[in-house]
Amino acid sequence: MNIKDILTAPEDENLFLLGNEAAVRGALESGVTVASTYPGTPSSEIGDILSKLAKDAGIYFEFSTNEKVALEVAAAASASGLRSFTFMKHVGVNVASDSLMSLVYSGVNGGMIILSADDPQIHSSQNEQDNRYYARLANIPMLEPSNPQEVKDLMKFGYQLSEEYQIPILMRTTTRVSHMRGTVNVDSLKKGEITGFFHKDPQRFVPVPEVARVNHRILVEKIDKLQTEANNTSLNQIFYDGREIGIITSGSAFNYMMDVVEENDLPVRVLKMTFSYPFPEDTVLEFIKDVEKVLVVEEVDPVMEKDVLAVLGKNGVDKKVHGKLDGTLPLIYEFNPEIVRHGVNKVLGIETSTKSKENEVLTLPKRPPTLCPGCPHRAIYYAIKKSIKDLNLENVIFPTDIGCYTLGIESPYEAGDYLLSMGSSIGTGCGFAKATQQKVVSFIGDSTFFHAGIPPLINAVHNKDNFLVVILDNRTTAMTGGQPHPGLPWDGMGDPAPEVSIEEIVKATGVDFIKTINPLNLKNSEKTFKQAIQHQGVSVLISKYPCMLIRNRGRKKNFVVEVTDECDKCMVCLQDLSCPAIHLTEDGSTSIDAQLCQNCSICIQACPENAIKVRKI
Amino acid sequence: MKTYNIYICGVGGQGIIKTSIVMGEAAMKIGKSVVMSEIHGMAQRGGVVSTELRIGQSHSPLIGDGEADLILAFEPLEALRSIEKISEDGCVVTNTAPIMPFNINDSDNKYPKMDTILKELESRSGNMYALNALEIAKKAGHILSLNMVMLGGAAAVPNFPIDRTELKESMKDNLPDKSLEINNNAFDYGFNIVNSK
Repeated sequence: MNIKDILTAPEDENLFLLGNEAAVRGALESGVTVASTYPGTPSSEIGDILSKLAKDAGIYFEFSTNEKVALEVAAAASASGLRSFTFMKHVGVNVASDSLMSLVYSGVNGGMIILSADDPQIHSSQNEQDNRYYARLANIPMLEPSNPQEVKDLMKFGYQLSEEYQIPILMRTTTRVSHMRGTVNVDSLKKGEITGFFHKDPQRFVPVPEVARVNHRILVEKIDKLQTEANNTSLNQIFYDGREIGIITSGSAFNYMMDVVEENDLPVRVLKMTFSYPFPEDTVLEFIKDVEKVLVVEEVDPVMEKDVLAVLGKNGVDKKVHGKLDGTLPLIYEFNPEIVRHGVNKVLGIETSTKSKENEVLTLPKRPPTLCPGCPHRAIYYAIKKSIKDLNLENVIFPTDIGCYTLGIESPYEAGDYLLSMGSSIGTGCGFAKATQQKVVSFIGDSTFFHAGIPPLINAVHNKDNFLVVILDNRTTAMTGGQPHPGLPWDGMGDPAPEVSIEEIVKATGVDFIKTINPLNLKNSEKTFKQAIQHQGVSVLISKYPCMLIRNRGRKKNFVVEVTDECDKCMVCLQDLSCPAIHLTEDGSTSIDAQLCQNCSICIQACPENAIKVRKI
Repeated sequence: MKTYNIYICGVGGQGIIKTSIVMGEAAMKIGKSVVMSEIHGMAQRGGVVSTELRIGQSHSPLIGDGEADLILAFEPLEALRSIEKISEDGCVVTNTAPIMPFNINDSDNKYPKMDTILKELESRSGNMYALNALEIAKKAGHILSLNMVMLGGAAAVPNFPIDRTELKESMKDNLPDKSLEINNNAFDYGFNIVNSK
């Protein structure tokens, strides 16, 4: 499949799509004309594909500076009558939540979907928060697809519902849906309005207290009507007609449940919750009427389980509810068919035959992710660690941030001591500088700096803090696959765009020590770092060099880097740099894998014996 | 119809996801029901990458222990790491060219000897095929065709549910035109080696 097929495939064609790709097709079939995001796994591919297709589709797409801005861009488009789509990883919704809460009050004109890609199991995140709580917190209708076909179809359904009730819709996927690939039968595309018009209505759109009070009442009334919709929808489907257990499930958990039931022919019936908030109380009551027990199978928190218990309590129904709260299913991490099988068997009173694992004869070495060969972050980490040793500094605190450079927590760099969220390295830097006498060096990436690093930097200057911020500017949003950000001269549509200078922003905050260095020049990095860390006040070092994955794409090498016979086996290159391209040979010296090596040359500079050399090819 | 489960594993950057898409799309085109799970994000930075492909009737794309009909391992250590997935009569096709974990020198557990890995794999699967896909890919014209060597190898195992011709069609749809010849050669080399065993 070519990416373009997502845009060009005619009605009724089958495409083999990722959940995230299906979301794009769903948006295009719904006439979405404004889309915005800040990249984050597991939602990133939606933006990657839109950035490739938006122009041909004749719609607008942007990588916004952060999720809050992304939501605001989409909200205003919707208020102006256009259909808009914003999407982000689960923790991105936290960033957007301040505006989300108000947006639901004032509502939308053009349909609007906010897609939250949750990450049960924490495959690529800092937590596994369950964003179904946001549906309850903000009072926003929720749709939960289980596979790519449903992602696409629910986009279309969601836009209709959104417009009918003038309310944004929250679609919740999880990693196993976002990154699940399956057959998607597509419908025809819909052309949406390109230009909207905003009809002023401050009594609706400006939530001063008197307006917000009215809006809250309107919202509650909408939710009441939407509950009737949820009770009557055919989306919340019942499968099988066994009487022993009524299973209520949603999302990925539904897939596991169905496989388990089909395999074992269990005496159960399954209610698939797709339109899951407002919680369809009547549907649930009706469903459990004829079953002996109830089992709720959901990821991650016992959200529906508590809703079911409330429905039972409210209606005076005495029926046993199993799930996470009674320990039938685990409280944390994602499910799989085995976990679900085990849970349902417990309720049925069947012994689960666990396949005995064969004795492991070998304990295998782990393969953790690491900084790529040639990564400029490795160079700056090396220089900083060495400088700190030279200066005999002890107990230096390294608040870190979110990006590839978080991998710097690993040995030998050990350059990550504290992390909360996007931008937290600078805010917590302020706190450590105030609370301790220790030296503080905060690490933050370029995209993360734009996202949430600027307000805390202003805070640091204004509150007269004393610490060093190292901005790791690798000219891209690397961890999520290389998306552009405001510091680059092009935008999310691939058009030329003004390049916002990090250095000028830092200067404008009043930081008086600011230096930009090329991290691949180790001597200069060490010299400048030593000045910076000894400077009183807030100092900023911008370590600027492009990500090797981008810089060297399609580049032909004209030299190779090799370890020569002069190597005295001191192991500095191997142990202090820990580059994946450098390995130990059988005779105890080191060797460089020419395939992996990106010719960054830092090992040449780091070698005390000058034993690593360049050879022209 | 019984579901045919394929577990594909290796290291970030080896072309595992692309290979899985070639397979999955080929299955879809011949009217089979297919679901697949991919890993994106942090793991791709030199970490373990796996995809799970289920062809037949299933809702979930995840393959449990003892359920894989085929383990297609792009890296031998990763073959061993995933061996619990293998079903009783499942096949293993593994590349024998190792990629050392970056921290192997500091690791308490050394990288096992290749003989040890292959013996262990053989003891767990009666149908184990080992090939040096890296060398074969070089012979085919480019090391990046390693994934198509592996795909060719997979296509040759008994009961593999997709024909060679269908896979080749799917390769045409999913790979750049300019490298198609090399990739086709790589596929054929892989196929012939496993087929002759």
